[in-house]
Amino acid sequence: MNKRQFLKGLILFFPAGGLTGVLASPVRGKETSGADKGTEASGAKTTQPQSTGAYDPERHNYGMGIEIDKCIGCSRCVEACKAENNVPQEPFFFRTWIERYVITKDREVTVESINVKSRGTRELAQDDREILRSFFVPKLCNQCAHPPCVQVCPVGATFSTKDGVVLVDANRCIGCRYCVQACPYAARYLHPETKTADKCTFCYHRVVKGLLPACVEVCPTQARVFGDLKSKASRLVRLMRMNKIHVLKPSLNTDPKVYYAQLDGEVR
Amino acid sequence: MNPERIQDLFDLLGQVTGYIYPNEIEIHWSILVVVYPYVTGLVAGAFILASLVKVFKVKEVEPTYRLALLTALAFLLVAPLPLLLHLSQPMRSFEIFLTPNLTSAMAMFGFVYAWYLMAVLLLELWFEYRRDLVVLGKESTFPMSWIYRALSLFSTDVSDRAVAFDLKAIRMITIIGIPSAFLLHGYVGFIFGSVKANPWWSSVLMPIVFLMSAIVSGIALVVFLYMVLTSIRNQPIDMRCLDTIVSYLFYAVIVDFSLEALDFIHRLYQSEESVKILGTLITNKLFMSLFVLQILLGMIIPLGILVVARSRTFNDDMRKLLYFTSVILIQVGIFSTRWNVVIGGQLFSKSFRGLMAYKMEVMGIEGLLAALALLILPFVILTVFIRLLPTERMEDHVARTA
Amino acid sequence: MRIPEQIQRLAIVTAVIIGGVLLVRFVLIPRSLISDDLHRASTVQRELAKPIKFAGSTACQDCHEDVSSRVRKGYHKNLSCEGCHGPEARHAENPMEVKPFAPRDRKFCPLCHGYDPSRPTGFPQINPTAHNPIKPCITCHNPHDPVPLTAPQECSACHAQIQRTKAVSSHALLQCTTCHSVPAQHKKTPRSAWPSKPDTRAFCGGCHGKEATPKDAPKIDMSTHGGRFLCWQCHYPHLPEGRG
Repeated sequence: MNKRQFLKGLILFFPAGGLTGVLASPVRGKETSGADKGTEASGAKTTQPQSTGAYDPERHNYGMGIEIDKCIGCSRCVEACKAENNVPQEPFFFRTWIERYVITKDREVTVESINVKSRGTRELAQDDREILRSFFVPKLCNQCAHPPCVQVCPVGATFSTKDGVVLVDANRCIGCRYCVQACPYAARYLHPETKTADKCTFCYHRVVKGLLPACVEVCPTQARVFGDLKSKASRLVRLMRMNKIHVLKPSLNTDPKVYYAQLDGEVR
Repeated sequence: MNPERIQDLFDLLGQVTGYIYPNEIEIHWSILVVVYPYVTGLVAGAFILASLVKVFKVKEVEPTYRLALLTALAFLLVAPLPLLLHLSQPMRSFEIFLTPNLTSAMAMFGFVYAWYLMAVLLLELWFEYRRDLVVLGKESTFPMSWIYRALSLFSTDVSDRAVAFDLKAIRMITIIGIPSAFLLHGYVGFIFGSVKANPWWSSVLMPIVFLMSAIVSGIALVVFLYMVLTSIRNQPIDMRCLDTIVSYLFYAVIVDFSLEALDFIHRLYQSEESVKILGTLITNKLFMSLFVLQILLGMIIPLGILVVARSRTFNDDMRKLLYFTSVILIQVGIFSTRWNVVIGGQLFSKSFRGLMAYKMEVMGIEGLLAALALLILPFVILTVFIRLLPTERMEDHVARTA
Repeated sequence: MRIPEQIQRLAIVTAVIIGGVLLVRFVLIPRSLISDDLHRASTVQRELAKPIKFAGSTACQDCHEDVSSRVRKGYHKNLSCEGCHGPEARHAENPMEVKPFAPRDRKFCPLCHGYDPSRPTGFPQINPTAHNPIKPCITCHNPHDPVPLTAPQECSACHAQIQRTKAVSSHALLQCTTCHSVPAQHKKTPRSAWPSKPDTRAFCGGCHGKEATPKDAPKIDMSTHGGRFLCWQCHYPHLPEGRG
């Protein structure tokens, strides 16, 4: 972009800029006094009472645990996520999805995403005799402590919150999609309506109010465990105490905060 | 999202082989992002050719000096357009100047670009053309005379001392300019080379390979333009100049070829986790664009032609023909190089288990026609420049009589 | 020394550009546009203002104590109400106007309980085409307390995976009870009483030892075969290799 375009953009943006300035200043005042009130979009009402006392993001660090051996691949989580977060229904946009791994006796690994049924793909071989092992793996944004997407965003529209969640500012994302390229887990997609990058937020609007993320709420077998890593006794900390834990693609040094128990080495 | 695009994605789903993560079906960096490094590469390459004259005092190349600089400027002005059009929120692009994220390679684009445009290219062109602009401002009639005078920033001094100062300034700027041109294109390579999630891109050699291929494509472009321009103007081609440039081109192609071979062998020998899927990628989806277009047509054949043209004595016309063929093939090859990097890097899943397909739009803003328009635009701009500014130093006596 | 004319001209232009940039960047642009902190704070606010669709189980309990206390005692005790009933925040806000969704279709339960070889062993699964076809699940099973009508007669009601594996193996004709003894209580509350498993080499030797009676069972020399290891450390009894 050259200078001329920059100035042109400014001329368009100035009236709007002043307006946001006015809007943003009261927001700044409330920043410390409790983050659970929406100043904008007043149409949204919450069913939960305001959580007690001020919410201090510094005192939390959220993560998720996933017990592979408990996942039955029912996709309740995927549907709940799409409903809760306005994710388009088409099978190209997911904040979370389920993979099925089938490893046959000749060590051939077949993977499919059970939420994507394309007309072309054949049903997986269901001959039980040939299966060495098979299991489901839920996937979602790993909310990395060292996130490559945040590193590459040219305008700083994606960032880590103090409580350890990576968010996207949909008002400032320019749609360059460098973050989509940089994410090793393909957890990001371009939302076809907002035309901005979108991804799992751990249902930030729920967890700050004391609710569970939608996927964890509906999981029938408690294969998904949500919790606070800073808490001494959370279900997540308990899970990590009782299991050998693995994360996805540890060699990339992203420090994921989605922890898998009983994860198979074939899972990438 | 329009239903047509959704239908396309469903069609692409049928072309997936193996397993891909569900969000990966959409190819995010389209042909416009192929055009961007290609165009930037031409800028850097043309500038480096121009620098040969001023810094390394290669007198033979002098006839193409101004042409190379104007070419660099014409392409540089177009370079940000493919990026801008590719953004899904182009109206917000100025955010990159308001809140640049200092850890983002891409955020540096505006600064690297502005530096190169303002502090290197425009400055060098201004010093190079200042005397001619003063002269032209006096010679031309009303609207044009003012344009020339404004371009010369209302400068009037054409004394020998001032002209000598211009030359000194140009030399200084070029010395800063060479690392800046390296920065401009090496930086584009870094944008890809630093993506650790993508093993096809993630390579420390990426900026260097980008740079060498930039030099190759830039030199080839100037050769092409020089030959076309002289034939349009019915001027004789300075064969000494042409032979010299082509010999530089020849060495640049060899270095570029060696670097890419090194990268290839290194990957193959290290044989990391991704080697299998990258192997299927290049033998399957990229076979045509990598082996046939990039390596065979874009490198081996032009290298062969240049070896033949240099080792045997041909007459001028034959040499011209051989040179012309090889520079066109080289352009095809370098464009394929960019394609293979940008599109190729998005055709395999980060699960290393499957390959996607890319369906290029034709009409859309990220489609083939837009890409072609962006590739033609710099030539239009260049035509205007050449109409406005002489590509050869105006004779001294003209300056005196004025 | 005289400053060359060129430098004077360029200095003016440069000063104007730099001055202009500085003016725009530090004076004209309001802080709200360039402050990352403000942008982040407002992103968080916008995120928090997003509507909640799933009210959460505790919200359901407030009104539906009877159902939820029943669910809490049964096999579905870990299930969230909205896992089956769907997002009901609007119902929780306005119970009279918005009625909750209840899946009564036969297609719904097999989403979890249909047989799938990738599901963990022991998770209750049925074959929807064979298991009382056409009848909606809720005619026999109450989803809020899903006890089987009668204690299942067949082990395969829960252990479909093992049953399907065994059915194609050379052990197809053996009953589960040949090797396992199953306490009656296991059929009602599976985790309170576990079936037995063979625990000695001699048990397998009963059929596969050199001297054993069944003629068509492959024979081995128990004294040399396998050394100190137990049979099932190499052979999977539900799918012994060789003829599977």
